[in-house]
Amino acid sequence: MSESVLSLQNLHKRFGALQATNDVSLDLHQGEIHALIGPNGAGKSTLIGQIAGNIRPDEGSVYLVGREITSMSIAQRARLGLGRSFQVSSLAEPLSVMRNVMMGVQALQSHSFRFWKPVASDQQLLTPAYEALERMQLSHRAWTPVFELSHGERRQVEVACALALKPRALLLDEPMAGLGPEGSAKLTELLEALKLEVPILLIEHDMEAVFRLADRISVLVSGSVIAHGDSHAIKQDPRVREAYLGDSDA
Amino acid sequence: MTNNTSTSNSSSLANRASQRTTTDAALASKANSHFDRKGLVQLTLLGLLLLLPVAAYFLGHIYYVNLASRITIIAMAAVGLNLAIGYGGMVSFGHAVYFGLGGYVAGISAFHAFDLTPFMSWPFTVPGSDSMLVVWLVAVLLCALLALAIGAISLRTTGVYFIMITLAFAQMIYYFANSWPTYGGQDGLPIYIRNTLPLADSSNALTYFLICFTGLVLAMAITSRLMKSRFGAALTMARLNDVRLATAGINPYPIRLVSFVISAAITGLAGALYADLNGFVSPAMLSWHFSGELMVIVILGGVGRLYGPLAGAVLFVMMETLLGGITEYWQLFLGLVLLGVVLFAKHGVLGWLAGRERNE
Repeated sequence: MSESVLSLQNLHKRFGALQATNDVSLDLHQGEIHALIGPNGAGKSTLIGQIAGNIRPDEGSVYLVGREITSMSIAQRARLGLGRSFQVSSLAEPLSVMRNVMMGVQALQSHSFRFWKPVASDQQLLTPAYEALERMQLSHRAWTPVFELSHGERRQVEVACALALKPRALLLDEPMAGLGPEGSAKLTELLEALKLEVPILLIEHDMEAVFRLADRISVLVSGSVIAHGDSHAIKQDPRVREAYLGDSDA
Repeated sequence: MTNNTSTSNSSSLANRASQRTTTDAALASKANSHFDRKGLVQLTLLGLLLLLPVAAYFLGHIYYVNLASRITIIAMAAVGLNLAIGYGGMVSFGHAVYFGLGGYVAGISAFHAFDLTPFMSWPFTVPGSDSMLVVWLVAVLLCALLALAIGAISLRTTGVYFIMITLAFAQMIYYFANSWPTYGGQDGLPIYIRNTLPLADSSNALTYFLICFTGLVLAMAITSRLMKSRFGAALTMARLNDVRLATAGINPYPIRLVSFVISAAITGLAGALYADLNGFVSPAMLSWHFSGELMVIVILGGVGRLYGPLAGAVLFVMMETLLGGITEYWQLFLGLVLLGVVLFAKHGVLGWLAGRERNE
């Protein structure tokens, strides 16, 4: 068996009376896309928060390449190799694409307490950032301010930002959200190529993309994983059909 | 084999990236009608600030030389605040504390040097000093330390809470100075003889102006260089989108804290210069009024622009001097100008004169 790069073990999170995460265990193997799906209110965002570091679980632990990261800050997790994208693009809009992507390279290379050398001509920063953009087929937009980009391009920049960290695992939160069929198809293609290098935990509503991309799928309902398997098994699973596929016309 | 191809591949990428930057630079210099205007405005501003006092000195108008020193020092204090507010997005309503602390370092040090009494004698003796170099060093270090403590706590909050907590700390220190009789309490503390500098006659108005001017230019040069560095890139990102910064693997808190400390140190050094200019330091230098004035200056001039604080300070002190001579209600006009700037020239007077700042 391939070793798991990211693994969640028995996570619990409760907000008052609401059990938002109920004994969730998941893992992500090298070379795969593991999709996490679930209806609205299933607790996906809470779960992502616990992986990314903005929410602390009440119980359970999160491991990244064998290291426990449960109580680490967002920034520490990122430096250890957890790249993520957001459901709603979170970029510095007045800055160029390059400036956004360079941040991750900078974090990786050293601490940021370098006060003297200008970044604008720093090839140590520019080259890896440029490579990350190239991977997302966006290098022609490197010096465009983010606010001039289309929605789809912003989603690609988000992934490029995560790639700049040379991540060991990617956490993509609805990367297809708001994309038209064309943009969605393009991103699907890019992610398919990407997974060979970086395993991806994909949270996605676009079922077509999920069934095409995912090697394994976990279904989250009311805070618990109710089903787990490849796309074929998930499509057949009666509980999933009832809880999720049945009442959303996917 | 594979190694080879990947290195050649990445070096060609490096070439392309550098080509990109050179074309980018070319583009930037092409769009230079904009740059020229900005450069011209900035150069004029700095040039006039330097040349007018020199001319005034040789025409015998010492008053105007001292006025220029005042503008220069207040501009420098605002350069410090601009690093926090404009570049770091940290709206500090307590920067007068660093200005005042710098001033009190100059005052207290001169007081003990004049009296020949030590500042403290236990556990070790610390004498007073009338050397500006010592005063500046101590002022910068103390302000940095104080800002480290205040910032470490305040930066756990954001927005309105940050404004309020920095104000609260400043008020604490203001009332402390007010009620400490040793150093004059609310009456303030006179500096009978201006502190001295080796090789220069600091009591000469023009020499003193040139000292202050050098300080201002250095503060601006440091800010400019800082903001182009990796640290500046991280600080910019902390201002624009701190979630992105954290997700990229950089914790925003220490970045903000360090810039807050640098900001306070610059303002503190300006305070030391100010006390020596006036030969006097009082709790007014620590008061929230002055914190507010510094904010007004930064906003007037143009938030987050290198020359903004200078433009703002020139405008502010000129209005204070010219209109203040006509009516004691001059701040009514200041209010109107501020209103005009906030409503119609969001990028400050400098944005209005020199055009918008271009982001990379």
